[in-house]
Amino acid sequence: MDKIQANIEMALEGIADGSVILIGGFGNAGEPIALLNALADKKPKDLTVVTNNAGSGEEGIGRLLSEGCVRKAVCSFPRVEGSVAFEKLYEAGKLELELVPQGTIAERVRSAGAGIPGFYTRTSFGTELGEGKEVREFDGVPYVFEEAIYGDVALVKAHRGDRWGNLTYLKSARNFNPVMAMGATVTVAQVSEVAELGDIDPEHVITPSIFVDRVVKVEE
Amino acid sequence: MVQALTRDQMCWRVAHDFDEGTYVNLGVGLPLGVLAHSPADREIIYHSENGILGMEPLEESDEPDANLINAGKRPVKLMKGGSYFHHADSFLMIRGGHIDVCVLGAYEISEKGDLANWRLPKSKGAPAVGGAMDLAYGAKKLYVLTDHNAKDGSPKIVKECTLPLTGVTCVDRIFTDLAVIDVTDEGLLVREMIDGLEFDELQNRTGAPLRLANDWQSLSVPQLAEA
Repeated sequence: MDKIQANIEMALEGIADGSVILIGGFGNAGEPIALLNALADKKPKDLTVVTNNAGSGEEGIGRLLSEGCVRKAVCSFPRVEGSVAFEKLYEAGKLELELVPQGTIAERVRSAGAGIPGFYTRTSFGTELGEGKEVREFDGVPYVFEEAIYGDVALVKAHRGDRWGNLTYLKSARNFNPVMAMGATVTVAQVSEVAELGDIDPEHVITPSIFVDRVVKVEE
Repeated sequence: MVQALTRDQMCWRVAHDFDEGTYVNLGVGLPLGVLAHSPADREIIYHSENGILGMEPLEESDEPDANLINAGKRPVKLMKGGSYFHHADSFLMIRGGHIDVCVLGAYEISEKGDLANWRLPKSKGAPAVGGAMDLAYGAKKLYVLTDHNAKDGSPKIVKECTLPLTGVTCVDRIFTDLAVIDVTDEGLLVREMIDGLEFDELQNRTGAPLRLANDWQSLSVPQLAEA
C-alpha cells in the first residue's frame, strides 16, 4: 500500500464541483496552504468549505475564495486579521456564511467520522445561532440538536506522514487537522517530511492511517 | 478622585482568584492578558481552545513559533507538563465540564447572568463567534472581565441584555475596573469595591440592583508597571 502521491496535482485529482471541503488549521497554524493554492488553480466551482477561519492574505483559503471557487463557508470565526478575500465576497453578497460555534464545528465533523448523524449540546441554546433547532431536555437542562457535517474531501497539513498515511503534527498546528481527516470520504494530507514505514513511533501516531487516503510532500 | 483599576490591574485581580491546580481558559481580548499576571506561587494550568494545556507567555528572549499560538493567534510557549491535542478533544474538555474556570469579555451582562459578548448588530462586517458559546456553558465557572461601563458611560451590567446573547444564566462572577460582583439566585452581590468608591456611586453606574455583601472587601491591587 502506498498513499504517497508524486505531486500535488495527483493528490487533488477528482475533486468535483459542489464538493464539501473540510479544511484543517486555526489561523495560519496548520492551514494546508499548498493544497489550497493548487486547488484554487484548478478553479472548481460551488465548493462548500468547512474551516474555523476564512483565511488571511492571498494564499490558501484566501486564494480559494478570491478565485471564486466557494459558494458557502461554514466557519466559527471568519473574520481575522487579513481576511480581505472573505470580507469582500461576504459584503458583496457573493458568499453564503453558516456561522457555527467552534466546538460545534469540531464535534459535527467528528460525528461524521464516528458514524453518528447528530448530537445534543447545550452550546447555542437561547441564542440566535440555536434558533429553529430542535431542543430536548435531559435532567431538566435544555440541549440543542446539531447534525453531523460530512465532507467529500478533507485537506489537512501534518508534519510527518508515511506511505500508509500515519500522521504526526507540530504543536498547536495540530488543531482541526486530525478531526477533519476523520470526517471526509477522501482525506488528502500535505506533509513536510515523508517517514519510512515504521519510523513513526506507533505510540506517537496522532492520525492513524485508516483516516488518510493520499499523502503528498510539500517543500516549506 | 477614585482611581479605577488599569487593565493590567484587572487582569492581575482575576489571575489571583485561581487556586493551585485550577484549569483555566482565557477568552480572546482582555482575558488573554490574565496570563501575564499569573502568580508565581502556584501552578495554574491554562487551556487554549486550539489544543493546548499549559500555555505560558513568551519572554523577550524567546523566539516566537508560528505553530504555537493562543486563541488570539499570538505566539505563546508551553510549560513543562503541558500537552497538545486536537480540536474535538479540546472542546470535549470545554463542553464536558472539565475546565474549572473560563474568563470571557462582555458587551452586556444581565442580573440573571445572561451574557452578550459576540455580536454588535449594527456592525457591518460578518459575525464571528469562535468558542464563546461553547465556553459560556461548558466551563464549571464562568467569569467575566470587563470595564464596568462602556465607552459612552452606559452600564454594561443591566437588567436584561439587548444585544445578541452568547448564553443564558451562565455568568458566575464579574470582575470590573470598579468591583467584583457575584451573580447569585438573589441577584447581584458586590464582594469587592475599589477604595474610595461609595456603594451608591457603584449602584449609579450599574443598570441593575446591587447588594453589598456583609463581608465585602476592598478591591486592592498593587501598582503595576504597564505590560
